[in-house]
Amino acid sequence: MAEKMELNEVEVWDGNMAASQALRQAQIDVVAAYPITPSTPVVQNYSSFLANGYIDGEFVMVESEHAAMSGCVGASAAGGRVATATSSQGFALMAEVLYQASGMRLPIVLVVVNRALAAPLNVNGDHSDMYLGRDSGWIQLDAFNSQQAYDLTLMAFRIGEDHDIRLPVMVHQDGFITSHTAENVHPLSDDEAYEFVGEFKPLNAMLDLSKPTTYGVQTEEDWHFEHKARQHADLMTKVFGKVEEVFDAFEEKTGRKYDIVEEYMMEDAEVAIVALGSTVETTELVAKMMREEGIKAGVVSPRLFRPWPYEQIKKALSGVKAVACLDRSSPNGALGTLFNEVAASLYHVENRPVVTNYIYGLGGRDFTIDDAKKIYEELDANAKKGSPTTPLQQFVGLRGPKLSFY
Amino acid sequence: MLEIRWHSRAGQGAVTGAKGLADVVSRTGKFVQAFAFYGSAKRGAAMTAYNRVDDEVILNHEKFMHPDYVLVIDPGLTYTADITAHEKETTKYIITTHLSKDELVEDQPKLKGKDVYVVDCMQISLDTIGRAIPNTPMLGALMKVSGMFDLDYFQNAMQSVLAKFPQKIIDANMAAIERAYNSVK
Repeated sequence: MAEKMELNEVEVWDGNMAASQALRQAQIDVVAAYPITPSTPVVQNYSSFLANGYIDGEFVMVESEHAAMSGCVGASAAGGRVATATSSQGFALMAEVLYQASGMRLPIVLVVVNRALAAPLNVNGDHSDMYLGRDSGWIQLDAFNSQQAYDLTLMAFRIGEDHDIRLPVMVHQDGFITSHTAENVHPLSDDEAYEFVGEFKPLNAMLDLSKPTTYGVQTEEDWHFEHKARQHADLMTKVFGKVEEVFDAFEEKTGRKYDIVEEYMMEDAEVAIVALGSTVETTELVAKMMREEGIKAGVVSPRLFRPWPYEQIKKALSGVKAVACLDRSSPNGALGTLFNEVAASLYHVENRPVVTNYIYGLGGRDFTIDDAKKIYEELDANAKKGSPTTPLQQFVGLRGPKLSFY
Repeated sequence: MLEIRWHSRAGQGAVTGAKGLADVVSRTGKFVQAFAFYGSAKRGAAMTAYNRVDDEVILNHEKFMHPDYVLVIDPGLTYTADITAHEKETTKYIITTHLSKDELVEDQPKLKGKDVYVVDCMQISLDTIGRAIPNTPMLGALMKVSGMFDLDYFQNAMQSVLAKFPQKIIDANMAAIERAYNSVK
């Protein structure tokens, strides 16, 4: 029986430690992992908890991330609670198996510490890996700080493992900016946390020999489409309600409130920034500053990135005059992902706002208060004119001549 | 908001020092951040680490800051790193060196007219801890210069931060903190 860990009411944890503590408290049966910067400490801490007697489950060191996710698929199909962590190149190497996991409806939890994708090689944070996972059929939750990395990791088990859902869940946090920044975190006690996550209830476990089950069958044109459509339908119709239910239960337990789309000062906002990750908090700070300068600024951030909260985004942004979508990933030949999603969500709104796109922070490039201020000022001009006063897509914080398109 | 920038070489313990400071400060009910610029830093590479302390939740995640304190824990970095970057008029410098303040300022005119304090964290850590890990002595010096906590309180708090280490190491760190506290000028 694993020992319980005494935790202080306030711990100073970085995002990695927050995630590893949540994994420990969830009493996972199998973690199969291949560490990679900046998520290495997630599994490093986890294995040290195990070595020190705080974990009963199995920890399997494998030879690659492809094998790590494959091990998770096997263990999850066998009927256990399963999780792992990765970043960047490791995430990319897992990509094939990510689709296997979601297609087999295996509720694996994956902590993704977001990092840029090579080349050029870069260990710092951006959202390239998060965006790479967006069509993989997983649920994607996004943490903006260490506390949220802890909270959302606990909640991920309860969301994904629910028998109405049975889908794998990624919990994202920003590489280094969140994963390596120590901040105040209020943890639950081991008992409270486990009580919240709940005991794992297997469904169609392969190790249940009294009820033989097949995973990973071949279907071809006769059934493939139906399977994919059912998975998509569940993502589109069942996940939002379940996420809300789990967020509500978590709020009741901790007082910490989460929403599918987070809104900051949006009640009377005329201009809004839409962003993900740690940038959300910096932007909130700036929104407050802009109010003092007479610009009615707000921030909207998808806590749930997949399934895409179309209705909630529409509702959050339908009253504003100008929106900036900030993408921390090179779109490589298109407008940014957030721009495309948000613009699509607003297309059928009456008096739809002016929507523009900013690419920023690639490979860990700092996103500063001044950057956010400038964006709000441009939004203010867009709102006053009622049409874009800038090119549609601009690069922020890039050295050299200004880069923009359309 | 109090902002601190550490100049260190990877392996000298700036990140541990910044996290230890954050841990101690958090116990007083304040909000903290401790972070660093890593890149693929190899042992010995020049690096910076940072602290933020505030009475309110810290939402700012930009790396950029105008530091209130600059802590230099490797003597060579005063010469080779841009330790005065983004300084304010009120920025205080606490610098590890075997030189006196006057000798150091004469050697490094960029420090002229600045609020500079010197302390030999290298010698102190070698004498007390037995290794060149200048982070805890720097915290002792910071306590003296900033008046953030008195020596007893800080030593007590650091003892619980270091609780996972053997008593011998804790004692050595306490001695290092005390000597730096008393010798920073």
